[in-house]
Amino acid sequence: MGEIHVMREGFLPPKQPPRRHLISIGDLARDDVERLLATAKSFSRSLEREVKKLPTLRGRTVVNVFYESSTRTSSSFELAAKRLSADTMSIKAAGSSVDKGESLKDTALTLGAYDPDVIVIRHPQIGAPQLVARYTDAHVVNAGDGKHQHPTQALLDLYTIQDELGRLEGVHVAIVGDVLHSRVARSNVQALALMGAKVTLVGPPPLMPRGIEAMGCEVSHEIGAIADADVVYVLRMQRERMQEGANYVPSLREYTERWGVTPERVRSGQKVMHPGPMNRGVEIDPRVADAGEALIEAQVRAGLVVRMAVLYDLLTTGPVPVEAAEPLEVA
Amino acid sequence: MLYSRDGRKDDIVVRGARVLDPVEGVDAVLDVRVDKGVIARLGANVDTNEHRVVDGNGLVLAPAFVDPHVHLRVPGGEDEETIASGTAAAAAGGYCAILAMPNTDPVVDSAAVLGSLVEDAKAQASVPVGFLAAITRGQDGAELTEMAELADQGAAGFTDDGRPVVAPGLMRRALQYHRITGRRLALHCEEPTLSKGGQMHEGAVSAELGFGGYPSVAESLMVERDLSLAAYEQAPLHLLHLSARESVDALRSAQAKGVEATAEVTPHHLCLTDDAVRSLDSNVKMNPPLRSADDRAALIEGLRDGTIGSVATDHAPHARHEKEVPFEAAPFGVTGLETAFAALYTYLVEPGLLKLETLLERMSAGPARAYGLERPRIAEGAEANLVLLDTEVAWRVEEGGFRSRSANSWLLGQTLKGRPRLTVAAGRLVFEA
Repeated sequence: MGEIHVMREGFLPPKQPPRRHLISIGDLARDDVERLLATAKSFSRSLEREVKKLPTLRGRTVVNVFYESSTRTSSSFELAAKRLSADTMSIKAAGSSVDKGESLKDTALTLGAYDPDVIVIRHPQIGAPQLVARYTDAHVVNAGDGKHQHPTQALLDLYTIQDELGRLEGVHVAIVGDVLHSRVARSNVQALALMGAKVTLVGPPPLMPRGIEAMGCEVSHEIGAIADADVVYVLRMQRERMQEGANYVPSLREYTERWGVTPERVRSGQKVMHPGPMNRGVEIDPRVADAGEALIEAQVRAGLVVRMAVLYDLLTTGPVPVEAAEPLEVA
Repeated sequence: MLYSRDGRKDDIVVRGARVLDPVEGVDAVLDVRVDKGVIARLGANVDTNEHRVVDGNGLVLAPAFVDPHVHLRVPGGEDEETIASGTAAAAAGGYCAILAMPNTDPVVDSAAVLGSLVEDAKAQASVPVGFLAAITRGQDGAELTEMAELADQGAAGFTDDGRPVVAPGLMRRALQYHRITGRRLALHCEEPTLSKGGQMHEGAVSAELGFGGYPSVAESLMVERDLSLAAYEQAPLHLLHLSARESVDALRSAQAKGVEATAEVTPHHLCLTDDAVRSLDSNVKMNPPLRSADDRAALIEGLRDGTIGSVATDHAPHARHEKEVPFEAAPFGVTGLETAFAALYTYLVEPGLLKLETLLERMSAGPARAYGLERPRIAEGAEANLVLLDTEVAWRVEEGGFRSRSANSWLLGQTLKGRPRLTVAAGRLVFEA
């Protein structure tokens, strides 16, 4: 997504865009993010219409390949593609050839043989999307690769913050919890820094990657450090990623005691976000999760329009006014 | 301790090359005549005795290289390398001797396995090969191998390379056995509870990419332990593939106190840093991992001042399909035999970080000394172990260009300067480009 597309007057015939992927926030320049967020915003307006389906990606094929369980990401990619009239196909690792030991390269070659326009992939290993990009001609969108990146999550979080606070520049976001195992944290630190926001990471020392400050954030081990933030972003305590006996934290009880985001620790007016799924009562107190300041459902809604924007951006030559696109006749 | 095919010894004359043997103190344009595998004449305008004459004009003739750390993958990994293919690769890299590691399947931990390898080398090896045997049975860190018997059978040394000897008590016993075997212990220094889950060096790059970190201290802590044990037992040891500044510092101070410790460093640790992992290319995944720029500087300095006496490729062939997977799923290790000189010449000598003389010494005399092998040298009466180097030629590293059965090189697609033109190993012409 390195290229910047100039908006041109008048009707432009469909043209093959330069092949681009969205694998890491690092692939994006600030202009790209601004364009994606603006596109997402116009999609959100189109979704207010009675007929929500747009013909924009009619005839295009989007393949979702999920090697890890996911509810919101896979459903939102699928719905995003459908809202844009693309054909979609979803493949889960369980029950596929992956179960029979097929290598990722071979799966990529197999899927590539159908000439999909986009392959959306989630995989437990870092670098899986790059590998798929190498062996297919499709645009590849990373829907999460191991502990590395989850760029559409970061984009939807930017969208949510901008929608709520009206800006990103200068916003202070405190990200709390298990940063070590979090691709959401990495993508968000990168994305927020790119847009001029200030980021403070808060959590126990063993869950804080050594050297993370180099990404352009501050680090604190005290929960009190969230006090100054405009947004408190709570990470899931990823118990499934904890290696047995690794002793990152002595107990979840102690973690909650020290770093849990409770009503007492949240200042009035502070916005609270969480990428889901939540462990209520562990990293986030249910009273905080259900309070009016929580933007958690807004994040899910943003996920749909941001993913529509990402697919649209990859498959068109650049921004055409979405408002102009006629809603599709419902079959 | 070194085994290769028997056969002819060659007659050859290399005329007009810059003969450079830093240990012998030779640096002059000379002719070298080899009679039946032995350097017979070294001088100006020597008689050719009707031998074949190779024009060395503009080239450097140096003592051939010794690689103290090669994975030949036999027995068990013949799809990745064999003695024949590995020694052919070594010949093309300018090597006259290589030492093979015992982490094979089965492990080289018995006289029977070692004996069969020796027989294979006598049948297949174009370049002399020595075999290290395991320190512990199955390299599982529990019981010592029959080291005395293995030494009698020709083991060139002992190592559990690929894994550390975790228990200090067992490490101590192995060091004590050196008094019987006289063969050096070569140690892979890695504290496994610190490196567990580690995919790359722990630092800013791993923090950003999300990879599990393998911190420098996982190596240096073990280096310090092993140096302490070696000092206590007054036994020599060799440290494999050093990667961290703290390890070099610990080694330097132990040497100053009189501990008889040698060490090696690989071309990839000398040329790259953890920044290379941003490519997510599985061919920059190795154990120990590529470390920081500061670590790299310490390794170069250690090589320059002689604290680290040897360059070792840690040539680790892997099948293509094993490396064509996401970084996290890929095995550790890269090939190196055919690119070591060119990589180091390009990355270190050309930019002025290391003198050519130093590089030649650390690739030949240094490793020979560490393992008590005869030093390749250019002098009348010495066995001919020669490499003729073209330091001007630029060439592109291509997947199809290797004699090794594997092509998992971190240099694929790169253009390097410098390449062996001809290699004579144990008196035989084994490679000519």
